[in-house]
Amino acid sequence: MRSDPAAYQLVAPGTLHGALSLLAEQPGQWCPIAGGTDVMVQFAAGKLAPRKLVSLWNLRELRNIEILPEEIRIGAGCTYTASREHSVIHREFPLLARAAGWTGGIANQNRGTLGGNIANASPAADSLPALLAYEAELILVSIRGERRVPYLEFHTGYKKMNLAPDELIRAICIQRRYSQYFQYTRKVGARNAQAISKVCIAALGQYGNGIVEDIRIAFGSVAPVPVRLFGAEQILRGKPIEPALIAQAKQVASSTIQPIDDIRSTSRYRSAVAGNLVAEFLEQLRGKGHAI
Amino acid sequence: MAAPHETDGRCVISFTVNGSPRTVQVYPMQRLLDVLRKELQLTGAKEGCGEGECGSCSVLVNGELVNSCLIPALQAEGARVTTIEGLSKGPHLSALQKAFLNCGGAQCGICTPGMILSASHLLSKNPEPTLDDIREGLAGNLCRCTGYMQIFEAVAQAAKQSIAKPEAERPENRA
Repeated sequence: MRSDPAAYQLVAPGTLHGALSLLAEQPGQWCPIAGGTDVMVQFAAGKLAPRKLVSLWNLRELRNIEILPEEIRIGAGCTYTASREHSVIHREFPLLARAAGWTGGIANQNRGTLGGNIANASPAADSLPALLAYEAELILVSIRGERRVPYLEFHTGYKKMNLAPDELIRAICIQRRYSQYFQYTRKVGARNAQAISKVCIAALGQYGNGIVEDIRIAFGSVAPVPVRLFGAEQILRGKPIEPALIAQAKQVASSTIQPIDDIRSTSRYRSAVAGNLVAEFLEQLRGKGHAI
Repeated sequence: MAAPHETDGRCVISFTVNGSPRTVQVYPMQRLLDVLRKELQLTGAKEGCGEGECGSCSVLVNGELVNSCLIPALQAEGARVTTIEGLSKGPHLSALQKAFLNCGGAQCGICTPGMILSASHLLSKNPEPTLDDIREGLAGNLCRCTGYMQIFEAVAQAAKQSIAKPEAERPENRA
């Protein structure tokens, strides 16, 4: 059953301060909507519970991409299109640029925002494994001020977030040193375009002097939240990549993730594919990881 | 910021549709698709899935391809909207529309307006697309009749013709 638009309120304060003031006056009462690619789907299905919405679309303060010497700060209101077409993101952060290109078709990429992808908190969100692999930090803002939290600590459970009722995600910060790493990402879905992932990996590493010098491995769609594979990283760090080590890493990866059976795939398939993706990443890292 | 109407929650939205200024009084959460079809009688944009998967409601907003089923009316305030009705100039079809006819790129017609707007958006950004570019540009538009090949051919043909012709001779630039 479709929702009745007359039953909903939507306001567009036009500035970040205006939106934050509204959230501060009535915390928890207002549901933010940016490009609408998730909220309007809920609305169309008659499942949008909040009746009061505040539009963040086109807020200038949320659309900046700031390039600093050490890090890049991507405004939470940047669309997937703005992200994938930005020259620095394209060149230095291919995991994020590729994830942005995987999300829906062009029309959804022109509207969906990175902040929205984070706040919607789907375990299958395409951009989140990349944020984990890059150890991204989020700048959260409210009328009380700003705070910075590692993305790793932001999603605390299925659709649960470290976000106060009066806060919005303002920006995503990524260290530019990761651009020097070998980067690998792959999404496995039912078809190439417009598919929600069965399993998605984002990983980066440095391989030199015949050993894994540094490594980050993250997965989406295999647990209630995107997961970082700290256990697998630990057994890999400092060691040469050899068949026995790859087999061990695959095993640790499979035991770390908690995939489920659902309409898109099975737990067994997801575990097997996750292990194979770890192996493919390690083989490529061994081949190219020392070249900067 | 559009002011909500005092009594029933509706608001006045002013925007430009196919080059003409339009004003409508609608609920802010009314979908742009419904505003176009029901308030402005522009029925070229179709409703397929209603959830941003099929692309049959595609229109251009400020030159960007979007699914009009996912846009609340309030977010179209002040925007430039182009629908399929805005691509032809009177009886003159655009090069893309002609190419779709020539190549058999349209059958039942439900996906066609969205396909043509996606193709138009693609060619505006990338006038010489490869087949892969065309596939990606149209990936958000589903067709259940053609099998897509004639559609891709039509886009490639329109691109070739547009490059071959000087700017002023293209149908979309004729008065």
